[in-house]
Amino acid sequence: MKTLKDAKVGETVQVSRVQGYGPVRRRIMDMGITKGVRIFIRKVAPLGDPMELNLRGYELTLRKADAVMIEISAAA
Amino acid sequence: MIKIALAGNPNSGKTTLFNVLTGSNQYVGNWPGVTVEKKEGQLKGYEDVTIQDLPGIYSLSPYSPEEVVSRKYLVNEHPDAILNIVDGTNIERNLYLTTQLIELGYPVVVAVNMIDLVRKKGDKIDLEKLGKAFGCPCVEISALKGEGCMKAAEKAVEIAKNHHHGEIPHVYCSSVEHAIAHIEENIEDKVKSNYLRWYSIKVFERDEIVRKELALTPAEIEHLEKHIKACEEELDDDTESIIADQRYKYISSMISSAIIKNEKGGSLSFSDKIDRIVTNRILAIPIFIAAMFLMYAIAMGSFPWSIGTIGTDWANDVLFGQWMPDWIGKGLAALGVSKWLEGLILDGILAGVGAVLGFVPQILVLSLLLAILEDIGYMARVAFIMDRLLRKFGLSGKSIIPMLVATGCGVPGILASRTIEMENDRKITVMTTGFIPCGAKMPIIGLFAGAVFGNSPLVATSAFFIGLAAVIVSGVILKKFRALAGKPAPFVMELPAYHRPAVKNVLRTTLDRGWDFVKRAATIVLLSSIVLWFLKTYGIEGGSWTAVEDPNDSVLAALGRSIAWIFYPLGWMGDMAWKAAVASVTGLIAKEQIVMTFGSLYHFAGEISETGREIWTQIGADFGPVRAYSFLIFNLLCAPCFAAIGAIYKEMGNARWTWITVAYMCGFAYLVSMIAYQFGGLFTGEADFGPFTVIAAIALATMLYFVFRKGYVPTSELQQTGRRYRKYIRFKRRHRRCDYKG
Repeated sequence: MKTLKDAKVGETVQVSRVQGYGPVRRRIMDMGITKGVRIFIRKVAPLGDPMELNLRGYELTLRKADAVMIEISAAA
Repeated sequence: MIKIALAGNPNSGKTTLFNVLTGSNQYVGNWPGVTVEKKEGQLKGYEDVTIQDLPGIYSLSPYSPEEVVSRKYLVNEHPDAILNIVDGTNIERNLYLTTQLIELGYPVVVAVNMIDLVRKKGDKIDLEKLGKAFGCPCVEISALKGEGCMKAAEKAVEIAKNHHHGEIPHVYCSSVEHAIAHIEENIEDKVKSNYLRWYSIKVFERDEIVRKELALTPAEIEHLEKHIKACEEELDDDTESIIADQRYKYISSMISSAIIKNEKGGSLSFSDKIDRIVTNRILAIPIFIAAMFLMYAIAMGSFPWSIGTIGTDWANDVLFGQWMPDWIGKGLAALGVSKWLEGLILDGILAGVGAVLGFVPQILVLSLLLAILEDIGYMARVAFIMDRLLRKFGLSGKSIIPMLVATGCGVPGILASRTIEMENDRKITVMTTGFIPCGAKMPIIGLFAGAVFGNSPLVATSAFFIGLAAVIVSGVILKKFRALAGKPAPFVMELPAYHRPAVKNVLRTTLDRGWDFVKRAATIVLLSSIVLWFLKTYGIEGGSWTAVEDPNDSVLAALGRSIAWIFYPLGWMGDMAWKAAVASVTGLIAKEQIVMTFGSLYHFAGEISETGREIWTQIGADFGPVRAYSFLIFNLLCAPCFAAIGAIYKEMGNARWTWITVAYMCGFAYLVSMIAYQFGGLFTGEADFGPFTVIAAIALATMLYFVFRKGYVPTSELQQTGRRYRKYIRFKRRHRRCDYKG
């Protein structure tokens, strides 16, 4: 199972599921990371974490510790 | 009276719109119970219309304080209409909140902001189609240029007056709508009819707050859960994600027909181009350092173009140094007031309040630069760049800004922590920012460097590193406490597109912060200056209560003598002990007061220079090097001045945490100075081995324990719940298998 943490910079991926419960998961979904959305991995911060994503026409940052919970597949 | 609630995402231009609509008719306060700012204003030209600015939110979920406050307001305060501002350049995510607002059953107007940028990109938004999809009127505005704003507000007033409720669109698929309909049936008699849909959806989402509010009985819950679970099973997902999912799906499908994107706009936007450089792997950190240096130099530096310093120097030397004492002195003489009152006003109030007000120019310049950085969108990038490093010390990426600002003055530094969203990170930042050696501590360093250490530059350098170490060590210690580790905060943050600063917003923020500072000087500092002046001026001399000739006879000196023993383990002994104690107390007004206090206690009559050059010999005779260093450390790290304590109170939002902060800082300062004196003294021969050496060793061991202990480690909520989730899935599978067998 591949997660968003494993995605490479410059790659476009598709979300297949967001795991977990509670506020962090809800926040992630509220920000538009839901099933089927396509995410472009823009870059990783200079110190290696967090990552910058482009989705639904805007830029979002996410720590790798949280990106682990987002299951992805290669974008169709 | 018509109440209109202004709601929208962060960075959607909500503040700008609010300022355009209300002008200067604003009332700023706090939402009850939380440190979230509450702003209300009167719509320009409409005396009977108030606009309630809600905090910037992404969703009406029940988690962040901003969301909870907004929900409570919308459900309990019954606004007559909602004006929903939507960023036209980021419309997909912005409309997610809209899908939730329309469910509340109020008249809604959607104002699509930044329409000028949308046009510039060559995109077209079909407002009619958008309006039809959401069942509410849509208008286009540009808050920055003032275009269409009043029209949007007038539309909101109009629909509020004729209670125009749109048709709530059916956003969800049939099986969800089916379950919602069932819930609606069951809770119909518990809520007002216009809220019915919203409450039903929240029950469907298993929203704890709503379920408690409706006081559903276990039997009712069980009944409803049957429908909810059936729906979950059919769609193979949990309700929270089903709802979020389908909201976004609805928006996506609507957008593809209502918005015509300019296809050639596929290349990088202007904002992306800036970001390629600013958050570049190699350049990001040098650019950050350069930006911070520039900000610091302009506000606090000593260059010919350091506007802040020029202003502060003028205020200290000319305004509060000559003009004000002259004018007030003459005025008092003309009025013929008695000598003591003149003393109180000139030496007590003016000297105390003036010392603090002198910082206003530097604070204004700093606040202005910070507000610009915030407004153009750079602060979010700072958090992005620095997050990894600062997270290690229990701080957030944004904590770096307060720390840097505090090297100038702790007050704007502490206030700058406002931009940290995560509450625990903000608390730790506020608790540790005061350790940074600020501008007012420099004279103390100068005094001892000159008097005891032969002007060695190592003193100032080591002082800075002690401050920095105190921040890091404290961050590590504090975040291990459960109260500060708290819930793991999500670092899920938008990086808004860069844009030109909105001049009015920036100026307003700057003036608000400056005014805040002045108010504090006029209250806390005024009061404490008066008290300290009395203590300093009066005492028993020649057997009677009088204004003392010799400051060594004052009440303050007596108080100093009575508390001096506390500092014995720090090496403050003999005649210098009470002087040092008194000086430390007066440092609470403003840290540079310490130098002036030493001046008067060592009987230096006349104007003392900033670093107290005139009393270097006496200080040198009284303070051994280790003792001097212990005094220096204590005063660098102990409770900050009253103005900074006031700022801490403002950011903490309650007295309890303010006291905890002050107590922690004093305790930390005391232990570190004791350790430094006892071990340093043993090494140089200034102190002998004794019981306090042992106590210092124990203190050091305890501190090390607190730094290295495992402490309370909250696993990231997602990881934790992820584990729980997988367990739940396994359980469900097993359960199902049993069902089949049966």
